[in-house]
Amino acid sequence: MTIEEISKTLQSKKVGIAGCGGLGSNCAVALVRTGLHSLLLVDYDVITVDNLNRQYYFLDQVGMKKVNALRENILRINPGLNIVVSDCKLESADVPLLFSGCDVVVEAFDLADQKMMLIETMLEFLPHIPVVSGNGMAGWGRTNILSSQKIDNLYICGDGISEVGPGMPPLAPRVGIVAHMQANAVLEILLNS
Amino acid sequence: MNIILNNNIEQIEADSIVVTDLLRIKNFTFKMLVVKINGTLVKKSDYEKTAIHEGDDVMVLHLISGG
Repeated sequence: MTIEEISKTLQSKKVGIAGCGGLGSNCAVALVRTGLHSLLLVDYDVITVDNLNRQYYFLDQVGMKKVNALRENILRINPGLNIVVSDCKLESADVPLLFSGCDVVVEAFDLADQKMMLIETMLEFLPHIPVVSGNGMAGWGRTNILSSQKIDNLYICGDGISEVGPGMPPLAPRVGIVAHMQANAVLEILLNS
Repeated sequence: MNIILNNNIEQIEADSIVVTDLLRIKNFTFKMLVVKINGTLVKKSDYEKTAIHEGDDVMVLHLISGG
């Protein structure tokens, strides 16, 4: 496919980004740069200084809602985007209606219980929509153990073992790699379908 | 019996087990799990009563925090 063909194919697709932190913000930027036009951004959180070590935000955006700041940032890449934001803490009951119009959903939450909730709800109520999840990316180095796995309609990116904790922070390189693996999986789904 | 567990063949010393047995046998003590058998999601509340049979394709995904 040429760049033009890729761009044309992506123009008719819509991707849901569940969580606009390190994974979601970087994944959204990569998808927009590749030609995606329609995004649904979901997050309830506000940007703090601590987020700037890995998330696609800037110092002058501290205090803003992540959904609004991410919309602002990706519109600077392409002002013609069609972006819907949902400023909410996602609950299971909201998932079917919110994501039913998406071609792919990116699971980009921070906490394991939120990841589990989204994956379980999508598998139960919207099993036809592919979900791309980020799982295990704390720390640094060990690039070679980051991998991408496909289980039916569920794509898992990460090393599956590196949990965030004391002495094991999430850092820009590994979070960024996994966010881009997720974007790459989304492209594989959308361009090959 | 033989089952497929996370894409690997796994020999289980029983003819039929439920999901809870498999998690115990494999020492999967994590809380945040997503379990699928032959492509179908098994809810946590059904772990005790959902049987795994010879040849079943089982996925146990352990979710960890970070993002």
